[in-house]
Amino acid sequence: MASIKLEHVTKSFGEGRPAVDDVSLDIADKEFMILVGPSGCGKSTVLRMIVGLEDITSGDVTIGDRQVNDLPPRERNLAMVFQNYALYPHLTVYENIAFPLRLHRTSDDEVRERVSKAAEMLELTEFLDRKPSQLSGGQRQRVAMGRALVREADAFLFDEPLSNLDAKLRGQMRTEISRLQTRLGITTVYVTHDQIEAMTLGDRVAVLRKGVLQQVDAPRELYEQPVNLFVAGFIGSPPMNFLPARVTESGSLELPIGDIKLTPDVASRVSGHDLLIAGVRPEHFEVASQLDDDRLAEGLQFTAHVDVIEWLGSEQFAYIPFEAPDEVREPLAELAKELDSEQLRTQLVVTLDAENRLSAGSDADLWLDPSRMHLFDPATGDNLTHGHGTTAESTSSTDTVIGSEAASSSSS
Amino acid sequence: MRSRLGWALAGLAIVVYTLLPVVWIISLSFKQGDDINNKKFLPTDWSLDSYRTVFDTNLFTSALRNSIGISLIATVASVTLATLAAYAIARLQFRGKKLVLSTALAIAMFPTIALVGPLFDMWRSLGLYDTWIGLIIPYMSFTLPLSIWVLSAFFREIPWEMEQAAQVDGATPWQAFRKVIVPLAAPGVFTAGILTFFFAWNDFVFGISLTATSRARPVPAALAFFTGESFFQQPTAAISAAAVVVTIPVVALVLVFQRKIVAGLTSGAVKG
Repeated sequence: MASIKLEHVTKSFGEGRPAVDDVSLDIADKEFMILVGPSGCGKSTVLRMIVGLEDITSGDVTIGDRQVNDLPPRERNLAMVFQNYALYPHLTVYENIAFPLRLHRTSDDEVRERVSKAAEMLELTEFLDRKPSQLSGGQRQRVAMGRALVREADAFLFDEPLSNLDAKLRGQMRTEISRLQTRLGITTVYVTHDQIEAMTLGDRVAVLRKGVLQQVDAPRELYEQPVNLFVAGFIGSPPMNFLPARVTESGSLELPIGDIKLTPDVASRVSGHDLLIAGVRPEHFEVASQLDDDRLAEGLQFTAHVDVIEWLGSEQFAYIPFEAPDEVREPLAELAKELDSEQLRTQLVVTLDAENRLSAGSDADLWLDPSRMHLFDPATGDNLTHGHGTTAESTSSTDTVIGSEAASSSSS
Repeated sequence: MRSRLGWALAGLAIVVYTLLPVVWIISLSFKQGDDINNKKFLPTDWSLDSYRTVFDTNLFTSALRNSIGISLIATVASVTLATLAAYAIARLQFRGKKLVLSTALAIAMFPTIALVGPLFDMWRSLGLYDTWIGLIIPYMSFTLPLSIWVLSAFFREIPWEMEQAAQVDGATPWQAFRKVIVPLAAPGVFTAGILTFFFAWNDFVFGISLTATSRARPVPAALAFFTGESFFQQPTAAISAAAVVVTIPVVALVLVFQRKIVAGLTSGAVKG
């Protein structure tokens, strides 16, 4: 059991931008820390520097109270689960799990005891005599975890352990890992690009972008108070909607779907900016007819042309295309590229109750909760409303129909 | 259906064509005395006389001993060295890696006969002429390149994570190599070993040029000096018997390691 501390850790591979740039991270004892980010953001490199498979260019890594910068992996006493499991194909499951113990010259009796205990915990007892090639993906994954479990290591490191499993198994193993970590109370660092894993597993989540740490926070804070455009766009599925927002001289915000009156506090925060990017989560929209008048008055009511509907049973997504000015389009396109997605058009995604009988190609009366809106600086991406509860109050509902133009032009 | 029959016939033709000389030698080795001139495929009387003669001849038994000893030592030494070298080539980035690999290939392309003259001179002045080591060295230098190529292809197929996992599990680099990498590369090691053994076992050019007496002369060279039991008789039957005897270890090796060789020869090519 130990804490892990990274101080100004940098890793560069030769010339160019460092793969990991000045990352400082304090992982407390028994904490479950998630490193998340799109591919190539340096999250795996951070993990490999902690475990010692990658040299540190500059900075310090401390495990417990031991500085481990120059220690080889075997002296760091960490257990790691690899993405492809890295099971030894020539050994049985039993010997695979026992491998670390054999290296430490543990007595046969103790090996048997500890392996059978780990196997029981992971429900692998009946497979102990098999070779890894005879196991299914999920079983192999559990063997890899078993090999980490028997160690009594100071910390567990996971490198995208579930990415090779199918969706259903991934969900089960996710719960299993969470349960195991709580039960063993062992410091864990978990690398993933899957935000569902990040949100559900971690005590805290560290978001990385191009080797730079963006935000370290509990999942809830990350979701509700993202520090910048990148974190806001990365966390959440479907992702946050980004709308162009023009600040008018009268202190209100001009969105493609209507105008919103800014509170004085927010107005002072955004002063000096002309054009902003407004971020609204898909679930902060409602169908207007379902709300009472008081609630309606608190938000912005608008009519929109719904392009596509995806009905999922528990909820439905409505897609509403809109036009955005180039100043906003550009940072958004860049963001989409970074997040490994492709933004084909600027559109709103709205999560609605599955009960609503909406049909694609028709207009819908929707309502937006402006208090949950974030405002970003398009140039830097910073969240100007970070750490602030309410953003705005609406002035009046408008009858702007957005998207109809785009829809009609595409149909012609 | 017709094409399958065609294939079967073609296959049969090839098998007959390749095996006929072997069967002929076996048949000859069981013929006795003048029976070798009986103008028949099979011996009139089956006899083990030739085998008895062969094993009673000092020339053959010492040559057999030399062959086994030299081939085994050359194989073990060559495979050990090749394994270490191939691992370094597959895993480490160092200057001159390409040079090492291409030099190795260049060595393998030298015709052996071109080297016999210089080696003969060198070995005589160095005192290695007509010794075991004098044969082991050329065998090793001719088989190492191929072994290194075969093995480095194997090591490259083994994912890095294997060693990394072992290292995280607490293994030193040497332990990771010995306990994880070598067992995984076993088919490659066997392939390299068998190819090396065949080369050393079947070699004639070095065997006859670099030896003078039964001290180091291997079987293929010794057969050329074979006179048989009687001076007045062609030793064909005895030579056949000796040929059969030296073929047995090769056949046995192939049969025992057949599956490993097949795995070894193909698994370097296709992933999976």
